[in-house]
Amino acid sequence: MRIAHNAIFLCGMVLSLGMTMATAQNAGTSSGYPTPKGDFTPAEQRGHGLYLRYCFECHGVAGDGEGDTAPFIDPKPRNFTLAVFKCRSTPTGTLPLDKDLEDTIERGIVHSNMPSWRPLRQEDRADLVAYIKTFSARWKTEKPGEPIKIPAEPAVTADRIKDGQAVFKRVECWKCHGVEGRANGPSADTLTDDQGRPIKPFNFHDSDRFKCGSTDQDMYRDFMTGLDGTPMPSFADNIKPDEAWDLVFYLRTLQPPASVNKKEKEIAKQLGLKPINPNAPAQSDSNQQQNNQPQSK
Amino acid sequence: MKTRYKLAGMLTALLLVVVGIFSLSSNVSAAGEGKITGTVKLTGTPPHAKTIDMSKDPVCQKAHAGDPAKVETVVAGADGGLANVVVYISEGYSGGATAATNPVSIDQKGCMYQPHVVAVDVNQPMKVVNSDQTTHNIHPLPAPGAGNTGWNKSQPPGSAPFDVTWKAEEIAIPVKCNIHPWMHGYIAVVKGPYGTSDDKGSYTIDNVPPGSYTLTAWQEDLGKQTAKVTVAAGKPGTADFTFKAK
Repeated sequence: MRIAHNAIFLCGMVLSLGMTMATAQNAGTSSGYPTPKGDFTPAEQRGHGLYLRYCFECHGVAGDGEGDTAPFIDPKPRNFTLAVFKCRSTPTGTLPLDKDLEDTIERGIVHSNMPSWRPLRQEDRADLVAYIKTFSARWKTEKPGEPIKIPAEPAVTADRIKDGQAVFKRVECWKCHGVEGRANGPSADTLTDDQGRPIKPFNFHDSDRFKCGSTDQDMYRDFMTGLDGTPMPSFADNIKPDEAWDLVFYLRTLQPPASVNKKEKEIAKQLGLKPINPNAPAQSDSNQQQNNQPQSK
Repeated sequence: MKTRYKLAGMLTALLLVVVGIFSLSSNVSAAGEGKITGTVKLTGTPPHAKTIDMSKDPVCQKAHAGDPAKVETVVAGADGGLANVVVYISEGYSGGATAATNPVSIDQKGCMYQPHVVAVDVNQPMKVVNSDQTTHNIHPLPAPGAGNTGWNKSQPPGSAPFDVTWKAEEIAIPVKCNIHPWMHGYIAVVKGPYGTSDDKGSYTIDNVPPGSYTLTAWQEDLGKQTAKVTVAAGKPGTADFTFKAK
């Protein structure tokens, strides 16, 4: 009887050991996620597991932005097979840096269904980026662009805010964003993204937060890189660094009061800043040039 | 001894000059002589070209005061000549890019693209101009995976023109302006010599080496047609195309 018990116990041990080993072999990685097919790197494999846990419901198993929830979401989830990304530190038409994508995952995209994935570990976000890059051949044939340079932020002054408003008028931000930045410019209603889907311009009075980050530096970068895939173009050829800072300060005056724009709002109030009149003749260029001299600030 | 060296040197120099002249002249005859000409016609009733309402931008509207601009999807002349058709060699040309360095240009003028269809060789510079006193954003949308990448640049009034090139053959890349939703155009990126039909439907393809080719004519709405053509030294090839209105 005792021998029989021992035999059963031994058999059980052997069986469970065998099963554990088999499971460990199947898992492939220590994370316990299923082993993906193909010739993925370890980072891509780990990213694949994370993707199937956190991302595929919106972005789709194929990465095409056609997940089960996609029909109910606006703006639509990113289609990774196109390798076109809004939030980049690189010029329009170029691939973003890995860091840009990691930042987007960490930050999330406000005013959309993309949540912040700050609870994930930094390594996890890096693995997800490695996996997302397997969806498009562009990552094999092209290199990310050279990141644009953001010079040190100058101090905000009344002159800078006035000049920023002149830039807003000159490069015609108001055509889409409206003369007061209320997203009601003459072209606002007809805007479409690269897939032809309707898209709205940003209403500066709605929020002090932006899709690609909410700091002054993030705003500066948005003008220079454009948001690829959307109607927002790059102004890198047409706005000088100094003018871009002026524009940042002016746009801050339009946003709801918050700690980030306290000073700008105060100056705008003192100035009694009125919305632009696009039909009025442009301010004299020489005057504007003068104001753009750094020493005049 | 010295004279022998001198003689050898002179002979070598002479040889080099002769070879040089030969290679030059053969280049000229290969690239310069051949030509393909023809006309593109439209049969049937041309579609009604709708008038474009530009009232949302007074600058655009003013540019067409008294003569509103029309949609340019199919542009046919009085004698049936079909404009904006790109004719290019789709088979038989092995010369690679023509190394054309003369910049072609696309001008945003009167809030329309001029020309409406621009053809350009792979890697040939294409100049982007804004002649209007209004801001345009120029936004080409290449097909994913075709080898070209899209971008989106703003050109406020008075902006300097800029050059771009395209890496891969693509017939054709749509281009649009998000600010002016009626603005549509095409950039046809071809490999080798090409021509574009004018408002009489005539086209000319220069710099075609002698040989037998298949030509393709592309129209944005009516699709593609092909024709065979032979170009002999000193004798241009001709090929006419007829598209049927939808």
